Amino acid sequence: MFSFHKTPRLLASTCCGVILASMPILGAAEPTGYYGYGETPTDEQIAAWDIDVRPDGKGLPEGSGSVDEGMTLFETHCSSCHGAFGEGMGRYPKLAGGEGTLTEDRPEKTVGSYWPYASTLWDYIHRAMPFFAPQSLTDDQVYALTAYVLNLNYIVDADFVANKETLPEVVMPNHDGFTWEDPRPVVNNERCMKDCKEEVTISDSAAGKNLTPSTTGPLDEGITE
Amino acid sequence: MLGKLRRLNQDASKIALEESERLPSEERRRFLRSGLFTAGGAMVGGALAGIAPKALASTQYPPEIPPWTRSLGAGVVTDPYGVPSPFEKDVIRRNVPWLTADEVSSISFTPLQHLKGIITPNGLFFERHHAGRPEIDPQQHRLMIHGLVDRPIILSMEDLQRFPSVSQINFIECPANGGMEWRGAQLNSLQFLHGMVSCAEWTGVRLSTLLQEVGIKPEGKWLLAEGADGAAMTRSIPMEKALDDVIVAYAQNGEALRREQGYPVRLVVPGWEGNTHVKWLRRLEVGDKPWMQREETSKYTDLMPDGTAHGFTWVMEAKSVITSPCPEMPLKNKGIYQIEGLAWSGRGKVKAVDVSVDGGQNWQQAQLREPVMSKSLTRFALEWKWDGNPALLQSRVIDETGYVQPTLAQLKSVRGTNSIYHKNAIQTWKVNGDGSVVNVQLS
Repeated sequence: MFSFHKTPRLLASTCCGVILASMPILGAAEPTGYYGYGETPTDEQIAAWDIDVRPDGKGLPEGSGSVDEGMTLFETHCSSCHGAFGEGMGRYPKLAGGEGTLTEDRPEKTVGSYWPYASTLWDYIHRAMPFFAPQSLTDDQVYALTAYVLNLNYIVDADFVANKETLPEVVMPNHDGFTWEDPRPVVNNERCMKDCKEEVTISDSAAGKNLTPSTTGPLDEGITE
Repeated sequence: MLGKLRRLNQDASKIALEESERLPSEERRRFLRSGLFTAGGAMVGGALAGIAPKALASTQYPPEIPPWTRSLGAGVVTDPYGVPSPFEKDVIRRNVPWLTADEVSSISFTPLQHLKGIITPNGLFFERHHAGRPEIDPQQHRLMIHGLVDRPIILSMEDLQRFPSVSQINFIECPANGGMEWRGAQLNSLQFLHGMVSCAEWTGVRLSTLLQEVGIKPEGKWLLAEGADGAAMTRSIPMEKALDDVIVAYAQNGEALRREQGYPVRLVVPGWEGNTHVKWLRRLEVGDKPWMQREETSKYTDLMPDGTAHGFTWVMEAKSVITSPCPEMPLKNKGIYQIEGLAWSGRGKVKAVDVSVDGGQNWQQAQLREPVMSKSLTRFALEWKWDGNPALLQSRVIDETGYVQPTLAQLKSVRGTNSIYHKNAIQTWKVNGDGSVVNVQLS
């Protein structure tokens, strides 16, 4: 039940050598796999579902959209949650501003202040926005909204037109703000058992703070911040 | 059938009513006010379902013979799919209304204070949705695998279940578990502080089996997993992990996945942050680079005090928490208690858990309860005699890599207070002289 096969190669050496000898994981194309279940998708089927876009522009479709076009679309589809200028409404995300706040006590992580790649904006608007009607926008509309949100953050000029050539060229302000290798563990506690510290001081307590919803009875909807 | 049940219920009510007539008048009035006998025929579905525990508790143990002993209970298939006793009605997932903009893109918390062992019941597994819980017809659902592969395929759920299956017990934890507490102690509840972790037995197909079936091209180093929900949620996963212990799961604790957990199919990425366990899985694409999706750039990255951020911090580091006592489970009076809790590590097995009752000055090694499994919840216990004085309870896990769970002060000294995710610090519960338990932080 809890056996682990580290890699298919290990699998090959332990139990299924015959199978894998005829079906190497890295090898010449065979018409079907070992089990042969399922169907082979058509190019059209793959294209319809393959919606991801990478920083290098791979996945961006034909089409284009301007900042001006984006402004009109934004007012219609986005401003009710994100505010007319991307300032955010209630707890819905703020999209613009926040430059230079990442080291402050209350950082504002927006497209302009935090997002490392412009492609992510196109990808995410296209796949998941507007929140109440995801995947309802045309490619041109997504380009236009992407251009507008970039312009709201002063990353592109007002005459910017987004398309599959221009978008991968956009360098985001916080592009270099990330490391993509996990440095952890970064904290090394000792397993001390006796007399580990001289004094114990309570710095904060949740007692008396009216933030905890009820944990008995029906769901608590009455608590506000 | 219904008439018969009704008669049975009425009989039970009659017996209980006679019972109440033997009570002193004060207690009898309270008993009748409990509403047991006003329901009449509406009580179909369990003769005793409507009996208020308080009304009966004081009178139904020895020498009394309770009404449920002197009547017939509900028949089989009264509940064709069984549900918990109505007396367990408070054991539910709960949310923090002020935490998120709405309940569609939000989180609910597992009531860890009520759970035993290590398995989370399917109805209590914590929820995290980015665009709500979709209602997916499994007949219509397809999983497509394509990209840098020799043979792209589209699998129906029937196709998927023909592959050899594996089952493994793994926890899933949202990396934001406890993330509200970086700046100070806010919530006074085990459920809300730590309830974004749950554990189940997952059954499905090893992802390596599926990748073998399609044949990865040599340049295929990354995998994109995508959901079929309104967020079309995506994460990039390196091929090394994909070929290690990841499963494409269609079952949870012996039954089909719950809708909240990705019905009909999800990814289970053992030990990694919950967001990578993509639910309602519709697509797996093999590529040569990560996709830098919204969830792995603007979210689920850890902002450090110097303004830089750490991305791809997938592993859930070792963590533990005492589940009894806790704010929801206070102590009653002096005497012997079993301090119990849960420990887990995304890097493997729990090696040991230590417990302190004096705020970390001195520690004792707790017992680990079997089974102890890799990337699973592990239950621990330590017997403790409470003398009635205030105490500061803590637990500290050591995993098989030798990693020792840090204090909050240690974690904050490196990570500051704005990284939101991956807060795996030691939890402190203050036991007051009256037995109440409060969430506190130590400096």
